[in-house]
Amino acid sequence: MAKPMDQITWQELQVGAVVVEIGNSTQYETGSWRSERPVVEKEKCIKCMFCWLYCPEGCIHEAAEGHFEADLTYCKGCGICAAECPAKCITMISEEK
Amino acid sequence: MGKVRKGVEVSIAIADAVAQADVDVIAAYPITPQTHIVEHLSEIVADGELDAEYVPVDSEHSAMSVCCGSAAVGARTFTSTSSQGLALMSEIFFIAAAMRLPMVMALANRSLSSPLSIWNDHSDVMMVRDAGWICIFVENGQETYDNIFCAFRMSEDPEVMLPVAVNLDGFILTHMIEPVEYEDDDLIRRYLPEFKMKNALHPDHPVSMGCFGMPEIYTEAQMNREMGVRNSYPHIVKAWEEWGRLTGRHYRPVETYRTDDAEYCIVTMGSYGETAMEVVDALRAEGEKVGVVKIRLWRPFPLDEFRAAVLGKKHLIVVDRAITFGGQGGPVATELRSALYKRDGAPTIVNYVAGLAGRDVSRKDFRSIITEGRKKAEAGDTEGFTLYGLRG
Amino acid sequence: MLEIRVHGRGGQGAVTSAELIAIAAINTGRFAQAFPSFGPERRGAPVVAFCRVDDRKINIRAKVYNPDAVVVLDPGLVTLLDPTEGMVEGGILIMNTRKSPEAVETSKGSSIRIATVDADRIAIEELGRAIVNTTMIGAFIKVTGLISINDIRGPLLDRFGSKLGERNLKALERAYHEVAIKG
Repeated sequence: MAKPMDQITWQELQVGAVVVEIGNSTQYETGSWRSERPVVEKEKCIKCMFCWLYCPEGCIHEAAEGHFEADLTYCKGCGICAAECPAKCITMISEEK
Repeated sequence: MGKVRKGVEVSIAIADAVAQADVDVIAAYPITPQTHIVEHLSEIVADGELDAEYVPVDSEHSAMSVCCGSAAVGARTFTSTSSQGLALMSEIFFIAAAMRLPMVMALANRSLSSPLSIWNDHSDVMMVRDAGWICIFVENGQETYDNIFCAFRMSEDPEVMLPVAVNLDGFILTHMIEPVEYEDDDLIRRYLPEFKMKNALHPDHPVSMGCFGMPEIYTEAQMNREMGVRNSYPHIVKAWEEWGRLTGRHYRPVETYRTDDAEYCIVTMGSYGETAMEVVDALRAEGEKVGVVKIRLWRPFPLDEFRAAVLGKKHLIVVDRAITFGGQGGPVATELRSALYKRDGAPTIVNYVAGLAGRDVSRKDFRSIITEGRKKAEAGDTEGFTLYGLRG
Repeated sequence: MLEIRVHGRGGQGAVTSAELIAIAAINTGRFAQAFPSFGPERRGAPVVAFCRVDDRKINIRAKVYNPDAVVVLDPGLVTLLDPTEGMVEGGILIMNTRKSPEAVETSKGSSIRIATVDADRIAIEELGRAIVNTTMIGAFIKVTGLISINDIRGPLLDRFGSKLGERNLKALERAYHEVAIKG
C-alpha cells in the first residue's frame, strides 16, 4: 500500500474498494503476534518440507544450508510446524528475554 | 430479432429483451416466488437461441452469489426474483452493490410474509432500499422491455458500475398480455456496447475484491460507494436520453402528467401511474386542476427533478404500496416529506398506503383517494398515513 | 373500449381465451390487455380472466368490474356465482350450455343480451374432449364482431401448432355458426 490505511482518502480508493496492488499483504507484519518462536535443529532436519506445507502464514522458506526456517517478520508463533515435523527438529521457544 | 409489435406476456418480453441484450450468465432459483421470466430464459438457452450460462441454483442466496462471481469476471449478468426470494438474497444483494458489480435484476415486486402472500406490493424492494442498487420503476410492458436495455447500459457504464433493479409490479405487469414493440437486434447492439469491466478478475492481472475493512478505512469505503451511487445520476439520464433518440420512447427520473397548471398532484411509483392518469383525465374534465407526478428513478433519488416538479403546488397526495412499520408513513411519502422539508413553496403531503398484497386499486379507488386526499390536505390533516380501504 | 370477463375453472383455459382474443386484436393494430385473476393455480376451482380491447393505449391497471361481454366456459358455474355481476346495460352474456338463450335466466333480466352454444358437444366432436376455451371464442367473435375468424387463426396456430390448431379452429368456426342469440 502506497499509504498507511489510516491516511487513505475516499477518493483514493478504487471503485468497489478493489485492491489492485498485488501481494500487499506482505506489508502487514504479523510477526508481532508471536509469543513463541520456532527454533530448528539443522542436523535433525530431513528436508521433508512438511513445515513449509503446513505453515498457515506461508512464511517458511529454504535456508542456504538446505534446512527450512520461518521468516520471523511474519511468523505468528502458532507452533503448527513444530507439531507436524516428523523428525521433531522444531522447538517452540518463549520470546521472553 | 427484427423490429416488431407483439401481443406478449410482459414476463416473456423481459426474457426476450435479456436474450437480445446477449447476456453471458443467468442465475436464478426456479421455484416460488418466481415468474415466467427465468422460465422462458431457460427455454431460450436450452433451445440454443442464446449462448449463455444458465445456472439454476438451490436458493436465491446462491443465485446472487453466482451473479456476483460472474459480474466480477466481467460477464454480462442477469437474474430475477420476488419477495421472499429477495429476502433470502439480501445478504449478497448488498455485497453486489458494495463491490460495484454490474448486473441487472428484473424485480417482480411482491409482498413479504406473513401472512403468506404471493401478490403485488412494494415491501420487497423497500427492504433493500438502502443497499446502493440503482432502482427504476416501470409502468407497463413497453417500459419494462425498454428499461432492461437501459439498465444494462447504466449498470455497465464505467462511470457507474452499479447493479440495477428494474422494478415491475408482480402479476399486475408480469402476468399481463399486452402490446410490446420489440426493437431490432442491430439497434440493441448499437445502444449496448460490449461490457468491459475495469479490474475484472483475471489470472493475468489479479486483484482482491471484498477485502476486510478496518474502522480506519470503512468510512472512506462507504463514502466512495455513496458518491458512486450519487454520481451515477447523470449517466442514468444519459442512458435514457440515448434510448429516446434511438426509439422515440423517452424516460426521465421524474415524469409528470398534466401538472403545468395543476394546483395539486397525485404522486405514484410503478404501474399505479397509468390508472392515476386515467382518473386525472376524468377529474380534469370536471374542472379539477390535478396532475400526476411519477417517480421513475427511486435510487439514486432524483431530488432536484422532484423539487422542480412539485414546488409551488398546494398539495401532494402520495400513494405508497408498502408500510414502514412504526415509521411516519409509506417509504415514498417519508422520502418526499424529507425532500421538501423547509423548502419555500413546498406542498403539503397527504399519504395513502394502498394496494397491499395485490388488493385491486380501481379507477373508483383513485378517485376517492384524490378527492378525499385533497379534503385532508385542505383541513391540514397531513400527519402519518391512511391505509386506504381498511375495514374497521 | 370493450371489457371482457371469462369465467371458467382452473385448467379449462379461461386465461388462454382472453389471451388469444387480446393477441388477435393487437395483431390488427389495436391495443389490448389479457390477464388472469391473479393467484395460485387450482385445477377445478372457479377462475376468472379479463380482457380489454381499445383503439388507443389502455391505461388501466385494475380488474374489469363492468364488463361489456362475459364468456362462461362451464355451465355449472352459474350455481356458484352470478356471471352477470357488474355487466353494463346492453352487454352480452355468452354461455356454453345446451339451453337456448330464451331458456337462460339471469339477474339482469332484459337489460343484457344472451347468446348460447353447446360448446361441450362441439369440442367433444372436434377435439375429443370438453375443453371449450377456443370453441367459445367462435361464439364470442360472432356476437361481438370485435375480431374476425381470420384474425384469430394466427394466434391459434401459434399457440397449438398447425395440427391441433386447425382442429381448434374448426371447433371455433362451428361455434361461430351454431351460436344462438337473444336480444
